[in-house]
Amino acid sequence: MRRVAITGIGAISALGRDAGEFAAALRAGRPGIGQIRSADISPLRFQNGAEVADYSSAPYFDERRADFMDRFAQFAVIAAREAVADAAVEWTPELRETAAIITGSCVGGQSTEDIGFVSLYKQGLNRVHPLTIPKTMANAGASHISMEFGVTGPAYTISTACASAAHAIGQAYWMVRSGATDLALTGGSEAPFSLGILKAWEAMRVVSPDTCRPFSKDRRGMILGEGAAMLVLEPLEAALARGAHVHAEIVGFGMSADACHITQPSSEGAARAMRAALRDARLAPEAIGYINAHGTATPANDPAEVAAIRAVFGEHSAKLAISSTKSMHGHALGAAAALEAVAATISLRDGFLPPTANYQVPDPDCDLDVIPNVAREARVEYALSSSFAFGGLNAVLAFQSSQASRSRT
Amino acid sequence: MSDDLVQRVLRVIATTKHIPPETVTIESEFEQLGIDSMDAVEILFALENEFDVSIPDDEVRTVRNVRQMCEGVERLLAAKSAANPS
Repeated sequence: MRRVAITGIGAISALGRDAGEFAAALRAGRPGIGQIRSADISPLRFQNGAEVADYSSAPYFDERRADFMDRFAQFAVIAAREAVADAAVEWTPELRETAAIITGSCVGGQSTEDIGFVSLYKQGLNRVHPLTIPKTMANAGASHISMEFGVTGPAYTISTACASAAHAIGQAYWMVRSGATDLALTGGSEAPFSLGILKAWEAMRVVSPDTCRPFSKDRRGMILGEGAAMLVLEPLEAALARGAHVHAEIVGFGMSADACHITQPSSEGAARAMRAALRDARLAPEAIGYINAHGTATPANDPAEVAAIRAVFGEHSAKLAISSTKSMHGHALGAAAALEAVAATISLRDGFLPPTANYQVPDPDCDLDVIPNVAREARVEYALSSSFAFGGLNAVLAFQSSQASRSRT
Repeated sequence: MSDDLVQRVLRVIATTKHIPPETVTIESEFEQLGIDSMDAVEILFALENEFDVSIPDDEVRTVRNVRQMCEGVERLLAAKSAANPS
């Protein structure tokens, strides 16, 4: 089995247009949450989201190309461009033919679908735009990335709600590790700010009226986010041989299904996924120093997640630092795990742990070290990133700092 | 609280949860009826349609039984008729 290096990262989110701005906001503990501007919120009970501020396709795509891409697919390509440039990928005909693209998305281009349905049902027009299908399909992100770079190898999209990108990155990791591909471009993208989707979230009564306060006693729910993050994965040996910069390594991936309830989280299911990731990484629980938690800030998720961490880590829980960066970049659904994988990568690379922002009141049911409000300087060797989706489908990734890997070799 | 209001709330709960109407009474606790959080938001949705009201999240946070639910609906209907005197 080959070791797998992260040689490129890209991110566009409420925390900025690239991974550098993303890292700076995480370090400053600065949330990107504010009043939603890309959809009409007047008929909504909640007002706030985590949007890519003042986004326009103009700096990134010519007008005709942008016509073919929903906002979520644009984000996917923007993040992929950054990751590929960051990795300084040297494309050869062979690499283009064998490279893999695996993306995650939960709702795909449903904003485009929403526009079509408004014209049909509300405006009474008897037609919908002919690009509605190709812009709406959840795989459009992967397809546009393949066209952007002329990659003709395996390419597909995984949709497991809030864990989509974790399942995608995990698959890509396993493909590189096993030798099925020599380069993978993987992550997730999402742009869920259309009135139809926002009303559906409103009806579930899980969205906060103010901000996202994970693990805080006064938490009132999640804040929806948007954006994309992508990673370039390649075999460590090949990356070092070509002189590539290694941000960190992925060392494990675990999955589980709750088989319990379509929306209520199960701490047993979450614990099984964390144990599976540790087993895949051949790591003892005590090796983990930081967990980028799922941490949605719903009343149900956070205590269930803390219970799962206690079950897996036992006494080591007291030494663990965990945080939910959703408190800053919001819950970007199918992109969430990709943003969080990049956050975990940056924290290992740069030697700091991002905080749980907006934290106010300790909750006895969430009594772990949640890094309240202020980032912490700390060199951690191993980190987990957890994603627990609606539908009870869980995915956990394990990361290793490149400093740790050098000292091991 | 009018009997009509209570009967409508009981009917909405029974219909949404697909349980025999006679199992739901004003004294029922959600836990007894096996109503979990997702069932509860579905019932709220059905109540909004039944009574043509919008139920704020803050109103429902502490609701654990049928009586509290009926009282909440009564409060919202009173506020509605105060806002739109006919």
